Amino acid sequence: MQKYSVFSLIKNALTNHQNWDVVWRDPEPKKEYEAIIIGGGGHGLATAFYLAKYHNMKNIAILEKGWIGGGNVARNTTILRSNYMHDANSLFYDHGMQMWKDLSQELNYNVMYSPRGILNLAHSDAQLNAYARRGNSMRLNGIDVSLIGREEVKKMIPFADFTSNARFPIFGGLLQPIGGTARHDAVAWGYARAADDMGVDIIQHCEVNGFDIENGKLTGVQTSRGNIKTKKVGLCVAGSTSLLAEKLNMNLPMEAHVLQACVSEPVKPLLDGVVTFGAGHFYCSQSDKGEMVMGGDLDGYNSYAQRGNLPTIQHVLTEGVALFPNLSRLKILRTWGGVMDMSMDGSPIIDKTHIEGVYLNCGWCYGGFKATPVSGLTFAHTIANDTPHDLSIPFRLDRFNTGHLLDEKGLGTKTWIS
Amino acid sequence: MLEIRCPYCGNRSQNEFAYGGDATIKRPELKTEVTDQEWDNFVYYRKNPRGNHLELWHHISGCRQWFKVHRNTATHEILKTLEMKENL
Repeated sequence: MQKYSVFSLIKNALTNHQNWDVVWRDPEPKKEYEAIIIGGGGHGLATAFYLAKYHNMKNIAILEKGWIGGGNVARNTTILRSNYMHDANSLFYDHGMQMWKDLSQELNYNVMYSPRGILNLAHSDAQLNAYARRGNSMRLNGIDVSLIGREEVKKMIPFADFTSNARFPIFGGLLQPIGGTARHDAVAWGYARAADDMGVDIIQHCEVNGFDIENGKLTGVQTSRGNIKTKKVGLCVAGSTSLLAEKLNMNLPMEAHVLQACVSEPVKPLLDGVVTFGAGHFYCSQSDKGEMVMGGDLDGYNSYAQRGNLPTIQHVLTEGVALFPNLSRLKILRTWGGVMDMSMDGSPIIDKTHIEGVYLNCGWCYGGFKATPVSGLTFAHTIANDTPHDLSIPFRLDRFNTGHLLDEKGLGTKTWIS
Repeated sequence: MLEIRCPYCGNRSQNEFAYGGDATIKRPELKTEVTDQEWDNFVYYRKNPRGNHLELWHHISGCRQWFKVHRNTATHEILKTLEMKENL
């Protein structure tokens, strides 16, 4: 692999950037692989990378129906955080946050990790108390977080509505300083380039149509580019998990819902970190190009459409304007939607299945992007060792049968209500 | 935006409705032995097709009736709406 550095940049600048290597190969599928990952999004690419890096598996393929990084890794709001209350979530996501710090070096690809802080706003005393409890829980798990008052919030986001007319006055907030953003496409491309360098075959435009299973054991997959033999297959197909599981005769505790996001026209630097509105579902950050990146609620009904409805956008932006009145002057540049696996307790599933050689990575709800590195790490461990990683034991599929749910938000099975 | 035909009020904007999920789920009968597996299926497992889906909606800002909608989850086309007592 051609190493990226300031020197390679200067060298290539002198030749008008005509001599850069291709970033990853475009191989034909082989007849057989040691392991196959379905889905060339962030999680699939990361899984293949860590399988090659830590588990000495070199004969791996990633099969992607479309093109890599074209699904939810291209459709999120790029937020990184680990501000969860439950131990299982705290430890898992914070391990991920530690991985983000070194990811650019590890991949030799600038993922533009930018820890500018994530601030959850509180709009009542009760909410501030709840945040104090969550903050204490996080600190017990070794995560740096602080509860800040109204005056401190005002210094950070002076353009928020601090007048007496505010519908939901700001009482304070919970600030996680290492929260922030990363460049979502760079994460996909960086993992793809690094995995390809380790010999992983990234096969695009190759749809999986079925699985070959003999005596409860996986023997291969049927694809649009021929049958491929393998003993292990990992599903990283957020949004389409139920559809592939159906081909395995599995029913999963999951619904597909559309989540939208939008960006405004670009403006000069306004917002430093990530801010979430506490009286509704609205979150906002500013991209490096200056666009305000905003998101909020699900559309609210089962959908595989990858596009959303306007009432939801209007609802989200109404909340945005209630928080930041100056947003009302901005035009929306574009909106888009992605299909979420909404699991029945709002937490992901990383596990093996009752079919030997079939592994599941799904159910990420709203929160898949930030978990990309740690999801890949733990899923690779699960596939290689046929047993869950210590960090992902709480995310097992059978928790819905044993009652060990991980319901961070206390929403129950109606996860679309949030 | 969806336009949903409430069986009682006629066509109305999606804004007036709330969603209720898979309409085919049946609570296990009272006073019968229920296995853990059957109970789990009732509580956590839903149909999740890419295509036609029978689902519950609630006309929450209208007549406040629950009813069933047969809708395509990929195209959002609404094929039919039914009262709760009706079947496809």
